[in-house]
Amino acid sequence: MIQGSQALVVRDLRKKYPGTEALKGIDLTLPKGEICGLLGPNGSGKSTLLKCVIGLLQADSGTIEIFGQKPSRHTKAQIAFVPEIDNLYRWMTVQETIDFISTFYEDWEPQRVPDLLDFMRLEPEKRVSSLSKGMRARLKLILTLARTAPLVLLDEPFSGIDPSSRDRIVEGIVREFKSEEQTMIISTHAVGDTEQLFDSVVFLDEGTVNLQGNAEDLRVRYRKSINDLFKEVFA
Amino acid sequence: MDFSTSIPIYLQIIEEFKRQIAIGSLRPGDKIPSQRELALELKVNANTVQRAYREMEILGLVETLRGQGTFICQNPRLVEETKTEMLTNLIDEFLQAMNSLGYKEEAVLELLKERCEQHQISTGQEGSNE
Repeated sequence: MIQGSQALVVRDLRKKYPGTEALKGIDLTLPKGEICGLLGPNGSGKSTLLKCVIGLLQADSGTIEIFGQKPSRHTKAQIAFVPEIDNLYRWMTVQETIDFISTFYEDWEPQRVPDLLDFMRLEPEKRVSSLSKGMRARLKLILTLARTAPLVLLDEPFSGIDPSSRDRIVEGIVREFKSEEQTMIISTHAVGDTEQLFDSVVFLDEGTVNLQGNAEDLRVRYRKSINDLFKEVFA
Repeated sequence: MDFSTSIPIYLQIIEEFKRQIAIGSLRPGDKIPSQRELALELKVNANTVQRAYREMEILGLVETLRGQGTFICQNPRLVEETKTEMLTNLIDEFLQAMNSLGYKEEAVLELLKERCEQHQISTGQEGSNE
């Protein structure tokens, strides 16, 4: 099979829930090796789009190609997905959580775990129930970064956490992201001081793509930072 | 560096290197951080740093030696050229702003001279107070 230069191509993707149309024909192309910011307010369709990409949701119509292939069990194994919801078992310790999750993935690299725990300042013997929201967000990130999946989807990794945890997560992403072999999508409803992470951005507004492009090009074209542009688009 | 501005981040990185060359805190032949190190230090996407370094190589500011790292170019005129370029840009920006306010070059010169004299007086007074 020919491997193209695109990590993800979405064409005219539509998804309805009873009473609402979550995705109204999404088109987007994401080149390999980039970090893409999927930006939009709550309810704009970010999570729905990510869930369609990983295959947790079936779209009503439209197409998705992941590294040139239709979503399947095979493409699912190539994606590391961190959902927004808190999916950790509270009664487990940090180490037990890591051991448990690692069994699901063939691309898990156990030798990276001690360094990641250290960097994220998490103690392996602590119980999940005793962790702050920011610490749980850091643990969730470790569960992704210990894998070598070529496509990484982070749904709202900065949502509702303290600034120091956010800084650690930003730093962890910069430190661990390997552009030669990975592509990443990070969704967020608050750009804040995370805009220096993004190669490209997609603005999602009520289920449609409002604006997309290279972040540096957009700064020049609109003479605004991505954060200011975001505030203007969603004012 | 302030990434909340409209100036592309890779350009801000280049400007910072130029500034350091101009004021002499980076000298020709000095080793600069690896792309990865700088990305981590600034918490910026490594692709952006890569773009800045690529541009700086094209501009003749730095050179990368295989297996050794990236260095400020051994060009004896680099400091002078960088200073001149930054200076010219600053003055051009200022002149453009003044022109847009309706001041022609002769008027600008006159105002600038006046302002410089006031500046000398005020900084002179500060000095005598200490």
